Amino acid sequence: MKFWLGQWKHPRYKTAGIIHVLVFAGFILLASRAFGLILGISDHLVLPDRLGRAYDIVRDYATTVVFCCMVFAAIRRIVFRPARYAVPRKFGKGHPADAIFLLALIAILMLADSLYAASKAAFLAQQNQPTEFLALLSLPWVFKYLLSTASLTSLQDLHLGAYFAHDVTFFFLLCYRPFGIQFHVETSLFTVFFAKLDRGTVKPVRWGVPDTQLDQVNSFGVKTFEDFTWKHILDFYSCADCGRCSDNCPANAAGRPLSPRFLTIKARDYAFQHFPVFAKSHNSQSLVGNIYSEDEVWSCTTCGACEEECPLLVEYIDKIVDLRRGLIDQGNVPQSLQKPLKALESRGNPYGKMEKKRADWAKAKDFQQLCDVKLLDGKVTADTLYFVDSITSYDDRIQSIGRATARILSDIDDNFGILGSQEKDSGHEVRRFGEELLFMALRDQNIQAIKASGARRIVTADPHALNALKRDYKDLPPVEHISQTIAREVRRGNIRFSKVEDSSKVYAYHDPCYLGRHNQIYDDPRSVIDAIPGLSRVEMRRCKDRSFCCGGGGLMLFYEPKEDERMGVKRVRMAAEAGANVIVTACPFCMVNIEDAIKVAGLEGKMSVIDLAELVDQQMVRHEPATVSSQHPQRIAHREWTLEPTTVRGG
Amino acid sequence: MPQIFAYIVHKAGIADDTAAELLATAATIDPAGSPIAIAVGWGADFEAVCTALRASYKEVWKIANETLAYPNAELVRQALAKILPPGSIVLIPNDHFGIDLAPGLSIKLNAAYASDVLAIEETEGQKLKLVRQEFGGAVSAHVRCDIASGAVITVRPGAFKSRETRAADGTVIDKSAEIGTLSTRRRYLETIIPEAGAVDITKHNVLVSIGRGIQEKENVAIAEELAEALGAAVSCSRPVVDAKWLEKSRQVGSSGKTVKPKVYLACGISGAFQHLAGLKGNPFIVAINKNPKAPIFQVADVGIVDDLLEFLPELTTKVREMRGVSAK
Amino acid sequence: MEILVCARRVPDTSENEIQLNSAGNDIERDDLVYSINEADNYAVEEALQIVSRVGGSVTVVTVGGEDDEEILRREMAMGATHGVLITDDAFLGSDGRGIATILAALVKKGTYELILTGIQAEDGGAQVGGMLAAMLDYPFASLVNSIEVLEGRKLKVSREIEGGNKEMNEIELPCVLSIQTGINEPRYVGMKGIRQVASIPIPTFGANDLGLDPSLVGAVAARVKRIDYFVPAVGKGAEMLEGSREENIEKLVELVTAKGGLN
Repeated sequence: MKFWLGQWKHPRYKTAGIIHVLVFAGFILLASRAFGLILGISDHLVLPDRLGRAYDIVRDYATTVVFCCMVFAAIRRIVFRPARYAVPRKFGKGHPADAIFLLALIAILMLADSLYAASKAAFLAQQNQPTEFLALLSLPWVFKYLLSTASLTSLQDLHLGAYFAHDVTFFFLLCYRPFGIQFHVETSLFTVFFAKLDRGTVKPVRWGVPDTQLDQVNSFGVKTFEDFTWKHILDFYSCADCGRCSDNCPANAAGRPLSPRFLTIKARDYAFQHFPVFAKSHNSQSLVGNIYSEDEVWSCTTCGACEEECPLLVEYIDKIVDLRRGLIDQGNVPQSLQKPLKALESRGNPYGKMEKKRADWAKAKDFQQLCDVKLLDGKVTADTLYFVDSITSYDDRIQSIGRATARILSDIDDNFGILGSQEKDSGHEVRRFGEELLFMALRDQNIQAIKASGARRIVTADPHALNALKRDYKDLPPVEHISQTIAREVRRGNIRFSKVEDSSKVYAYHDPCYLGRHNQIYDDPRSVIDAIPGLSRVEMRRCKDRSFCCGGGGLMLFYEPKEDERMGVKRVRMAAEAGANVIVTACPFCMVNIEDAIKVAGLEGKMSVIDLAELVDQQMVRHEPATVSSQHPQRIAHREWTLEPTTVRGG
Repeated sequence: MPQIFAYIVHKAGIADDTAAELLATAATIDPAGSPIAIAVGWGADFEAVCTALRASYKEVWKIANETLAYPNAELVRQALAKILPPGSIVLIPNDHFGIDLAPGLSIKLNAAYASDVLAIEETEGQKLKLVRQEFGGAVSAHVRCDIASGAVITVRPGAFKSRETRAADGTVIDKSAEIGTLSTRRRYLETIIPEAGAVDITKHNVLVSIGRGIQEKENVAIAEELAEALGAAVSCSRPVVDAKWLEKSRQVGSSGKTVKPKVYLACGISGAFQHLAGLKGNPFIVAINKNPKAPIFQVADVGIVDDLLEFLPELTTKVREMRGVSAK
Repeated sequence: MEILVCARRVPDTSENEIQLNSAGNDIERDDLVYSINEADNYAVEEALQIVSRVGGSVTVVTVGGEDDEEILRREMAMGATHGVLITDDAFLGSDGRGIATILAALVKKGTYELILTGIQAEDGGAQVGGMLAAMLDYPFASLVNSIEVLEGRKLKVSREIEGGNKEMNEIELPCVLSIQTGINEPRYVGMKGIRQVASIPIPTFGANDLGLDPSLVGAVAARVKRIDYFVPAVGKGAEMLEGSREENIEKLVELVTAKGGLN
């Protein structure tokens, strides 16, 4: 309801949003009357007197407003030409004439409607008969005045003419509807209603087929148009071609071949071509290689910006994943991705490093003296499991995030541990790159190890792992991100921070896609940063649910896309624009991409990046050991911590 | 000790460096013996090679045959199989031709076969103790080779240093008549030379060479800037070409170009022998690599353990400074 | 075209750290993962592409034991029609010539027009292909990086020679080719494919089935035997510059200028 009736997403683009909200409201209001007029039932909406009057007033204003909106929209399209409507040459021709045509048709309807009422009112007024009330300064009112001196016959003609004009236009529009973007008017209710509720996770290979029976499914993924689910096909027909998705797509902004809008429009055009209203449907062709290119499909980082923007709640991530499943099924995988996938299969991590070295990051000598990280191998158990995941375990630079997180955890809570060599990659990107069976193998091994660890709660510093454990895996103890843990302890007063050394630095927090948009955790990390005294923080132009993806994580780090400028570089420039010189992130992949981007953008020395856990570890006030012999810093008194529920996005 | 033969690779009238190296190899097997050079070919260039070989080999067996004008391993194998006495030891350089020729030859001669040998440590009667590498050079292995019925051994180019020898004053023996007619079911058509890139790395005195350590295509620019500052050219190792970050014409190595610069900056190159095989003429090799254990440090003259992505830009700045100064 | 690809299961160098074991006589094998030799995989992909163009079937064969079956299955998941395992205790310890002898016996039992091997195995000597051809008296070409099927039972192949040049040859069938890496882009083999072939029976052949005299193969007949693995003592190597980055750069520029590097 919120999205359809409440037009919740529209105002994200102010001008167009407001226009649409007004037109939508007008449409709802006028629809009932229009039907009455068509069917010749009555001139007015059949309502009891007072209500009928009120309705009439509303109706008149609605007509006026809609008409004005049409004119405004047309001017906007023709004169101002907002960038997001533009159709780059590679995607074919745009349909601007179509859009203007549509606006014109609706304007004609409004005009006809007003003229109909106005001519009748003028007719009756000339004959000094009671006229129906026309709202002040509304379009019909204006017309009535303009027509007040017209002859009776011409008024009659006008009245009839308006009626016919309205009828013809209305029916024309009715038949024209399914062939273009105006179809969204009808389908939007259904599209929104049937939109997926469980957003964070990916759809199963086939709805209704449980994991254990997947062997019986012959073909995985989408290879031809017919392989799409009915909901996805409905999405193709419903798209209003507004371009908001592509406008926010970071891959698109970087110059990659992907444009969500055209993913849909190309499919829609394919449907028009191959599934006409009359005549037989043509034989199915392979989608990739015909309307889609492989690069297009692999370019997506699954950041979710497109889905977040779409007013019709069109789903994109599932479609991309299904297309990838199809490519994987055919063995059609870029060489750069084959190596990490093979490594994940044989070693449980994309780097091909040995399993037994997975916990080496925690064994660095001077670190081990500060913080003893338990290995939960089944014999040793703990209440809290720190799920480290592959990049934090193996990457030289990112290991420091692991160590910072471990130190923080050990200061808050004695009873935690890691899975060590038992841990496999969470498989989050493996799934989203289409290798469902490999994902399931990793998932099952992890679930087994987690159960053996005896953990009653899981914490991670990796938002991709967070999303996987929380949404892709089932039957796990509660999972949270380290920023939530820290925020809670800050609120309770258990963690205190010392003042920043350099108060001239300006910090900007970058919302990782899988922490922010996909899991709606925006405020906790910010409250943690704000709790550090002397720290000035600014917001970047695109933040919170409009955050701009850093470039992608997991397997995306291995893919070599064709692009104009890296997503990370764009993000770093946004930070500079906002006046920041330190970027704070809460995701190891964001760290890798942004660190790299700073170098590529030539901003070394002018911009730096730090992980939230590293920042907290750096600024945290710790009590020094009372005696020299004590090895560990005195810990803050152990508290039972309960996980606070996080809101799950609903329809 | 059986007779040792050294197969001579030659081009355009000049014998390859391996001709001298095989002399050294033969000496390690049989210090007292006198290896026989064996060469196949056709034409004036070939005659010149055979004549020149007399300076280092006591005996040169010449097989001149029109079908052998281009060294087709199938034909050469036939010829050698007819000529070589049973039980001989045949040394062949391990290059693209040796790989083609040698294994099959060992079968035709019913001889043992050992490939890509780096060193010969011992000769005990009918057995040789050889050194080879496995797993891309990660480990070395001692191998015992039974030479009772002869052996075909391919030798890694550059592994045996050619030695100064007294002039041999050798003789050329023409064995062409003994091979009879040669026929083959593999016919040489032509050699396709890839399009010359804009840059010919073989003509540069200074090369900034990049390997896998450059990590991604965008970083190639870092090397290009340094090359520009130095008046040098950018070359690379195979992985860079495989990843399509540079064209094939920039590759230095056994399947790439052979270069003879004065100065060679190996940046992010591990030092695999196939790459080093393309470096001739004893250049001054500088190695910059993050991994202190990279094999390149064994062959380089100067080594720096550092992140090339950070080191090179600073080096470029310094070079520019210096040239700015000296240009005055 | 009936194509036979000879493959080998080797420790995967990209996902292993090859090190000596503590006894110093072999590599540390405890934590190794194995897979098909990279060049052999390229050969299978090439065979599959040829067959998709001209029809026929691809058979992948390996000489080894039970553990080696997994590479046959993987290549069948990739699309190979048949997998054959040649196993017999008598074959243990074979050198390259022994392996070639065994494979030659298999070839003689079939009607293969084209036999492919990878150019070299990780622990091999780049020899089996050439030896096999000589034993069968088939024409041979090594370092092949492109194959074109011609009319009249011929192929046009190019070999990778120095300078990135390509030596073009015309070769008659039946023949043996050893394939260089990079000849194509092998397709991905997903878990689904592997699962589907997990229980397909794979025929095995022993010495008797192939009519092989055991005295010609195995350790008994091997003329080349590995004694041990070792890591050579490092020589003097490079002069390492140990200063700060700035100092290193200064020194380096000095040295390079002295060697004529700054024109």
